[in-house]
Amino acid sequence: MDPVLVGKAVFIFLVTVGLFGPVMTWIERKQSALMQDRVGANRADILGLRVIGLFHPIADAIKMLTKEDTVPTGAHRVLHALCPFIAATPALISFAVIPYGGTYTAFGREFNLCVADLDYGVLYIFAIGSVATYGSILAGWAGNNNWGILGSLRASAQMISYEVALGVSVIGMFMICGSVRLTDIGLVQQETFRLFGFLEHFGWIAPGTGWVDAITLPMWGILLQPLAFFIFLGAIMAENKRPPFDLPEAESELVAGYFTEYSGMKFGLYLLGEWTEVVVIAGLVTALFLGGWAIPWVSDVALIGFLSGLVGSDWGNLLAMLVHVGVFLVKLVFMIFFQMILRWSLPRFRYDQVMNLGWKIMLPLSLANILLTGLAMLVVQEVTS
Amino acid sequence: MSEYVGLGLFALLGSVVVAGMLTAAIVLGPKLRFSEKLEPFECGERQLVSPYQRFSVKFYLVAVLFILFDIEVVFLYPWAVVFRDLGWFGFVEMGLFIVVLAAALVYAWMKGALDWS
Repeated sequence: MDPVLVGKAVFIFLVTVGLFGPVMTWIERKQSALMQDRVGANRADILGLRVIGLFHPIADAIKMLTKEDTVPTGAHRVLHALCPFIAATPALISFAVIPYGGTYTAFGREFNLCVADLDYGVLYIFAIGSVATYGSILAGWAGNNNWGILGSLRASAQMISYEVALGVSVIGMFMICGSVRLTDIGLVQQETFRLFGFLEHFGWIAPGTGWVDAITLPMWGILLQPLAFFIFLGAIMAENKRPPFDLPEAESELVAGYFTEYSGMKFGLYLLGEWTEVVVIAGLVTALFLGGWAIPWVSDVALIGFLSGLVGSDWGNLLAMLVHVGVFLVKLVFMIFFQMILRWSLPRFRYDQVMNLGWKIMLPLSLANILLTGLAMLVVQEVTS
Repeated sequence: MSEYVGLGLFALLGSVVVAGMLTAAIVLGPKLRFSEKLEPFECGERQLVSPYQRFSVKFYLVAVLFILFDIEVVFLYPWAVVFRDLGWFGFVEMGLFIVVLAAALVYAWMKGALDWS
């Protein structure tokens, strides 16, 4: 086995799961405090050091691991223990296909910032993500609890409803990129297009007009497929069952929904899965719609060329890699924060509203989006060729 | 093949970490069990009805609709990837397919299969 590959996988796993997972609990609490004008978690200390509450994730983990694990009478013991595993693992392993950067050549090696650059990348995330549905459905079933069953019924119907809109909404992006591999989609988004180029193609302006060539936009998914972006974001957040789509675990109605009968770390794993999923969503949205690791108007080749001119080819490539990872992380953190702001900004939906949104609004709109995208692409092809 | 090494490693690490946390939680916690504590949570009441009973047929309906439209997605993905090469022919063919499925959606809608009131 290639040691670089193994090292890369282990490193990305540690960063995403070991760092993002725990820190997310802290970010969530601090962000909630910010929205409600409070100070938020700041009490946990090690030898008097508080570090703005950053030790809280450690305290939480210790507390959860040392809590009693109760399994109610009449519950299915095996499923009860298995469900947190099914719910949390898929979120952790979907990171494997998210590209943190492009491809770089340094010291006679090729570096690729993606653990598994699969040619069916997005499909892998969808497939793995659907497995997590079983975690929520079976959790309520295993617990021998009325609230649990109600929560898991809601979860199952909600998750499978939004999976349809989710799958259909991204197709426009695949049509434009001609691939479902996330690195290919990232490469397409490096390019730019001329906003007023159509004037030239229709013959309304003479070719070579300066201002037409000057006004360009990056080919980011959010600019090419704005409708798909909003549908995708809404649907994938509904998949993750976070507010405002948290009906399966609505505290005021269902106690805690499908994980009512869980305690200790078994309970914590559901939250870990949910928080990791927030990061996966942010990464996926960034890779698909926000240009991935791309800096607007600056292509990979240009950046690597510029940095290579400064410090030589090898170090230039490595520097470009760092810059791209930084850019990706900025976008990722922005998307995480966006989801958290939504959580505190929107009230919870009613159940019929959730189902209507999925089936009657998102699905027809995303089907129309496919036809519109196809039509637009063919017209552009006809005009430019 | 090298992609699958990373993928397998990731799956292994993820499973081991989660399984380790689960086992630790089961082993480490105190074990003071008595029958009242082990009752299913029912807001302090005894459980009046069993949770394992019939539930609304609506949920089955949603599941059937999901399978129908998810298969549509399966057909659309390969088409989307080669869309540029297919040109107008592919567009018209898939347009017909989408229209037929949209008709199915409209039918389910009209029949009230999507209503939850």
